[in-house]
Amino acid sequence: MRSKSPKLVCDHVWKIFGDLGKAQHIIDAQYWPPGQSDLDKYNLIGAVQQVSLEVFDGEIFVIMGLSGSGKSTLVRCMSRLIEPTNGRILFNGEDLLEKTSREMIEIRRHKMGMVFQHFALLPHLTVLGNVAFPLEVQGIARAKREERARQVIELVGLKGRENYFPRELSGGQQQRVGIARSLADEPELWFLDEPFSALDPLIRREMQDEFLRLQSMLRKTIVFITHDFDEAIRLADRIAIMKDGAVDQIGTPEDIVIRPATDYVAEFTKNVVRAKVVSVRSIMKPVTGRPAIGEVAGTAKVSQIVSKIKHSDGIFAVTDEDGERIGDISRDDVVEILMQG
Amino acid sequence: MNQISPQQKPALWQRPMLVVWTISLFILTIFWLFGKPYLAWAFKLPRGWQSRLRYHISDAANWLLDDASFFGLFTFTEFTRSIAAIVAVPYDFVLSIISTGFLEGVGSDAIQLLPPLSWIAVIFLVFALGRYARDWKLAMLAAGCFSYLAIFGQWHSSMITLASIIIAVPIGVGFGLMLGIFSYRFWWFDRAISPILDLMQTVPVFAYLVPILVFFGFSPVAAIIATVIYATPPMVRITILALKQVPSELTDLGNMVGCTGHQQMWKVMIPSASESLMVGVNQVIMLSLNMVIIASMIGAGGLGADVLASLRRLDIGAGIEAGLAIVVLAIALDRLSQALAHRPPDPHYTGPKRSLLQRYPYSLAGLAVVIISGLAGLVWAGFQRWPEAWSLTTGKSANEIVKFININFYDQLDAVKTALLLNVLIPFKRFLLSLPWPGVIALLGLAGFSLKGWRLAVLCMLLGLFIVFTGLWPKAMITVYLCGISVIIASLIGIPIGIMAAEWKPAWNITQLIIDTLQTLPSFVYLMPVVMLFRVGDFTAMIAVVAYAIVPAIRYTSHGLKHVSEDLIEAGVVSGCTPLQLLTKIKLKLALPEIMLGINQTIMLALSMLVITALVGTRDLGQEVYIALTKGDIGRGAIAGLCIAFIAIIADRLITAGADRIKTRLGLAK
Ligand SMILES: Nc1ncnc2c1ncn2[C@@H]1O[C@H](COP(=O)(O)OP(=O)(O)O)[C@@H](O)[C@H]1O
Ligand SMILES: [Mg+2]
Repeated sequence: MRSKSPKLVCDHVWKIFGDLGKAQHIIDAQYWPPGQSDLDKYNLIGAVQQVSLEVFDGEIFVIMGLSGSGKSTLVRCMSRLIEPTNGRILFNGEDLLEKTSREMIEIRRHKMGMVFQHFALLPHLTVLGNVAFPLEVQGIARAKREERARQVIELVGLKGRENYFPRELSGGQQQRVGIARSLADEPELWFLDEPFSALDPLIRREMQDEFLRLQSMLRKTIVFITHDFDEAIRLADRIAIMKDGAVDQIGTPEDIVIRPATDYVAEFTKNVVRAKVVSVRSIMKPVTGRPAIGEVAGTAKVSQIVSKIKHSDGIFAVTDEDGERIGDISRDDVVEILMQG
Repeated sequence: MNQISPQQKPALWQRPMLVVWTISLFILTIFWLFGKPYLAWAFKLPRGWQSRLRYHISDAANWLLDDASFFGLFTFTEFTRSIAAIVAVPYDFVLSIISTGFLEGVGSDAIQLLPPLSWIAVIFLVFALGRYARDWKLAMLAAGCFSYLAIFGQWHSSMITLASIIIAVPIGVGFGLMLGIFSYRFWWFDRAISPILDLMQTVPVFAYLVPILVFFGFSPVAAIIATVIYATPPMVRITILALKQVPSELTDLGNMVGCTGHQQMWKVMIPSASESLMVGVNQVIMLSLNMVIIASMIGAGGLGADVLASLRRLDIGAGIEAGLAIVVLAIALDRLSQALAHRPPDPHYTGPKRSLLQRYPYSLAGLAVVIISGLAGLVWAGFQRWPEAWSLTTGKSANEIVKFININFYDQLDAVKTALLLNVLIPFKRFLLSLPWPGVIALLGLAGFSLKGWRLAVLCMLLGLFIVFTGLWPKAMITVYLCGISVIIASLIGIPIGIMAAEWKPAWNITQLIIDTLQTLPSFVYLMPVVMLFRVGDFTAMIAVVAYAIVPAIRYTSHGLKHVSEDLIEAGVVSGCTPLQLLTKIKLKLALPEIMLGINQTIMLALSMLVITALVGTRDLGQEVYIALTKGDIGRGAIAGLCIAFIAIIADRLITAGADRIKTRLGLAK
């Protein structure tokens, strides 16, 4: 479906916490991979278990799972903040685990950015100082790094607050600083670990919109962590659902809602308003040849065509990107989806 | 067939440890009562069995002093001299600023090139610092404290003491920070340093005064070095803790933006941990002040030397005055440093550009006062130094009061003292001295085993055997006796006070004020009034130790009681406990581990105070250290110091293990 090559690949990644001293043998090749009973026996925690996934250039890849399911560990393995126990991490096709620590520093300085759940702002620096911090670490001259920092601060809508200290800002504003800082060195790959979880629901909503606005301008490759399924649906191009360290299902929001792979995933999708997720093309009927009284786009979500279709008895033509008729849809089809919640 | 039976006590044979204990105690009693004629060595160690470690240590020290050299480049003595010379430079500089002025030439021929800061200037500077650090109230307090020093004729000595503190604190903080950072970064360094830190905090200060005296001579610089060694370990501990407490998100951030190890430490970790680190700085200041009097034994001068001198000539009035001056200085420095630590940073400033005066009001005002008062001092000397004729003294009246009490209440005081000595202290001492050492060692082992396991048993027995074979066993037993009696009395007084303070709010407020004050007093201050009233001897030592060591017994008791979980108390109330039952059946039981830790702390303080009471003529290990100090005998001092440290370690490990057991049993353990 996608012609682009993946930006980031996780290939059978494992992270086991705990004292491996006595359990060396279970990570030996001949016994690999360990079962849950092996882990339990030595008091080990398999925080990430055999995760394989691909993140494509320019997409928002959301990793969703309940607290403790290993999301933070996984995202930290991707940037090697945590050393995976086993597996490969490919970034632009190169194995990150083979890089020296000097090379990793360079990669993190220029190619990766990260936003943290609790903002991780340095209390002794102003907004300007915090945003310029990644550039300061690189040894860029003050005037130059502050100029760049001012640009990003404006981008996230904090112009005028440059000289405030973090403690003088609200939670939402603090996270804007965190976002600005992670963008200061123009990363290719952008990690966000539950960036809005610590915010009030109303602010969270606003920040999600802001995030989508930024992404529409910047087109970064994004790995976004959340425990909130609605947030995942709202933001994701594709979602990976994690449970107990392993990935249960990877797919577009629509895939997951329509075809949950496990009962566990189905549980999350239960309360989702289908009409907002499901697109017209996935519920359309084959072309009948009967005359259509109107046209709707196949990629549109069902909820977007409700007002257009609800008072008409006839059949609408569903078209693809080129305006080609690829199917038919009637009011009954829409009502059926709406009835499902 | 589920029958609800009343909870049965397990039968004797179900509790093997109890049986072992009973049998052991029985055997030991027999041994103690009848063993002496047959096994004399168990009651008094034969001379030939004593270890010669003490002499080896002294020999090693002498070799260091006389012959050792580093790769033939310089000798050890040259090494210590150059350290002393390096420390002396900033010390002389600070001393010139606040005390002597800048001089040309030496001795009485010296010409003063520049006068020191006048009393007006110093008081104004601390006033401004107080205002900057917090508010006018703190400014008034600080200025008030320093005015006291001027008015009561303590200025000269205070400034000498202050100069050594000003030098010792940054050195201590700097070293502590470095060592702490090292331990945080390198696990092997952490492994190596943590037992040393444990030992440093239990070895009595006197013990390491001896080598410092021998290596660095009798001088203010030697005193500063001793102070630094004493005050640094807590800074190391606090640094390690503070770094470990930096949220992991911040370390992740540092790594994510590509910090090098160095940048990570200095740009991320240290700034984020700064608030906790400032607590460490405050600790270093307070410990340095604690050392003021002790350090004067190796040449510190200043207030400490005044106290010591008056204690030696039993001029209580003068001693109390100088002692109070230390307390006043301690209060001022404590409050100022705490306020600086918690000072909220200035809010952001976005207004128009400000003038120099608007940006640095305090510094500039301070500078102005320094210059003006300096010039005014040239006109009239009273502006420079507080006129002697205006000085007040309370010394006379203190002496009068003591005389009055001694004349009128001598009989009563003496009766109390004699009664306690005859009925409690002396019998207890005789009892301990008569115990056979193998028996005591065996009991220590048994206690260690039943509280934790064989590791603790071996540790306790090895440390005990060390004491035995130094030949200091009798002195160690006297230490144990003095410490034991004092701790028992401190607990008997302290725990009820703690209970009262926890249960009744007004009592808490008063108690807190008192224990806070007690904690700022340097240990010597306790000694003086007691000596005045009871002369020298064990009884005096005991009273001073009790007064010094009672604070943790009170504090931990009330803290423990206050932190008993609300749910459990409510459960008790609901099931109809009377307040008394609530206290005895629920709160005290649950607070027991905490109370035990308080007693543990009381023991530690008692041991450290005991060494000081050697000055009033006890015959314990403290005296041994004190003799070593006067003779400059490194081996003797080191061995006696280690014995005290080992007693402390045994007590600490056993009590901690006991508290842990109780916690586990009560289900309070994490
Ligand atoms: N440093 C660590 N040491 C041991 N266990 C850890 C560590 N970090 C995380 N874990 C464990 O790994 C599991 C996954 O944690 P985490 O990745 O933080 O989950 P999430 O971010 O999804 O809430 C949890 O069970 C957690 O307790
Ligand atoms: Mg997480």
